[in-house]
Amino acid sequence: MSSGWRSWEKTKMSDPRKRRRHITWIVLNLLFGTSFIAAIALGSVALSVTDITSALLGLDRTGFARDIVLNIRLPRAILAATVGAVLAVCGTYLQGMFRNPLADPSLIGVTAGASVGASVAIILGGGAIAGGLSLVSLGAFVGGLVSVWLVYRVATGVNGTSVATMLLMGIAVSALAASMTGLMDYLADNESLRRMSLWRMGGLDGANGSRALVMLFILALMLVAMSRTSHALNTLLLGESQARHLGVHVGRLKNQLIVWVALGVGVSVAVAGSIGFVGLVVPHMLRLCVGPDHRTLVPMSALGGASLLLLADTLARVVLSPTELPVGLVTALIGAPFFVFLLLRHRELIR
Amino acid sequence: MSLLRITNLSVEINHKPLLQPLSLTVTAGEVVSIIGPNGAGKTTFLRAISGDIAATSGSVYLEQTPLQQIAPRTRARQMAVLSQHNALEFAFTGFEVVAMSRSPHSTGSVLDLEICHAAMAAMDVTHLAERLYPTLSGGEQQRLHLARVLAQIWREEDAGQRLLLLDEPVTSLDLGHQHQLMAAIRRFAATGVSVLMTVHDITLAAAYSDRILVLNNGHNVACGAPQMVLTQALVEEVFAMPVYILPHPQTGAPIVVGKTASEEPPCD
Repeated sequence: MSSGWRSWEKTKMSDPRKRRRHITWIVLNLLFGTSFIAAIALGSVALSVTDITSALLGLDRTGFARDIVLNIRLPRAILAATVGAVLAVCGTYLQGMFRNPLADPSLIGVTAGASVGASVAIILGGGAIAGGLSLVSLGAFVGGLVSVWLVYRVATGVNGTSVATMLLMGIAVSALAASMTGLMDYLADNESLRRMSLWRMGGLDGANGSRALVMLFILALMLVAMSRTSHALNTLLLGESQARHLGVHVGRLKNQLIVWVALGVGVSVAVAGSIGFVGLVVPHMLRLCVGPDHRTLVPMSALGGASLLLLADTLARVVLSPTELPVGLVTALIGAPFFVFLLLRHRELIR
Repeated sequence: MSLLRITNLSVEINHKPLLQPLSLTVTAGEVVSIIGPNGAGKTTFLRAISGDIAATSGSVYLEQTPLQQIAPRTRARQMAVLSQHNALEFAFTGFEVVAMSRSPHSTGSVLDLEICHAAMAAMDVTHLAERLYPTLSGGEQQRLHLARVLAQIWREEDAGQRLLLLDEPVTSLDLGHQHQLMAAIRRFAATGVSVLMTVHDITLAAAYSDRILVLNNGHNVACGAPQMVLTQALVEEVFAMPVYILPHPQTGAPIVVGKTASEEPPCD
């Protein structure tokens, strides 16, 4: 016990960044725990702690509270947490790959492509298909994948994938997709137009058990598949040739990153619409606190993204209860002021 | 025994020859400097050796094995490369930058820590360990990167034969650090590492190299011991500039000084 304390004292003395890392871990875990409980407890029907614990532990087998917790709020909380985590982790990967802290998942065309897919599905009528997934979700997923594929194909030549070309191609594809969604907005009738614009603001109101499980599965797969790449991603920040000289298979790493980001963001957009801000700002904020080492940044981003989206979704449900705000509007509402605060504190680091 | 053997290496980009077929061998513990005017092909030569750009013809062997056939991780334990430009926008600490060098190894964190500290001491950057990289000056950043590539191939028992390629390692440094770091590179070579580097300062190259390779327009103009290669005629021809070559008062190594243009009429 005392030796543990002494070693903690020692790390505290030797490296301020390590100490900040310990503190950030504790804060993030507390934040995640609180926001998860809040997401289950708060809503148009307020539930007590006893209601929640008895529902979760299966003591209360028939009650009203049990239905609300297990069928409505728990799947929704899990969906919010997993979508937030996936978006933030994908943002971290992209910022690392582009060596640019301003990169976010919309940069490679996923979000814009998904919007086109979703709009097409809404105009076509968009009924439900098997497994709790709607045609709109499927359209969004396919649209996102097609645009990433386009971006990736154009950027990949004999010399491997050019990150700069990918960035430019992402802009081109997003512009094309924006004009296509605009065209569909123009052609759509009033009811479809309303659905399309609501979809674009993002929302977790389509949450159900199977969607939550799909996202949980994707998040777990992504974290396991990429767990060994954090170190390689660090060396990639030195530049591709330096990473190669440090023994990293740069081409393989970039392929892996693109595939996982496309899949992660594609599925997120499919189940929750386009939710901006999380992927850009969560990794950025955490980098200001704990530094750019991906071995801590990736898991912390997952926790941070999950907490942010849980809080945003809870707010979105509670503020105008029983009506819901689109969660995409709320993420920026919470995140932006906090981000500005961090920027002001760390101005000397951002050149 | 030759550690690095380059045979007829040439580079052509868009049908423009940047490097004419060039052969060179470097033995273990030897320091070879490449000099030449801007655009002579010094960096192209280094990048073709390290595999950053594809050679049009020729091959590079590291101890009888073609370099491309060595698995990346194994190669990273034997060969460290420092390029001319090292952009890093992210706020790693000085120590974290140096510690990246140990990622190809599985030597354990205790030993890695020891090696990084030793390399940082050799490059005089120990005091930068907790500073944030983007806040450092260009010269300090360069010294950190030098410490990083040294730490990458620090121990012979991790790799066997070791090769260090440096592209203008000391160009952005002050006089004191230029000499301090060239001496440190020299001592590092004495542990059995072959060093091949491009150097802009001819005098500096002459003072610390076993051999000098002179490139001009992609051609190998001369290669040999500094005293043999650095003749007035050769330097004047390659650099298109009248020079004096003086012996160093202590060591006798050649010092190259430009002649002042005295034939121009003095201004009134």
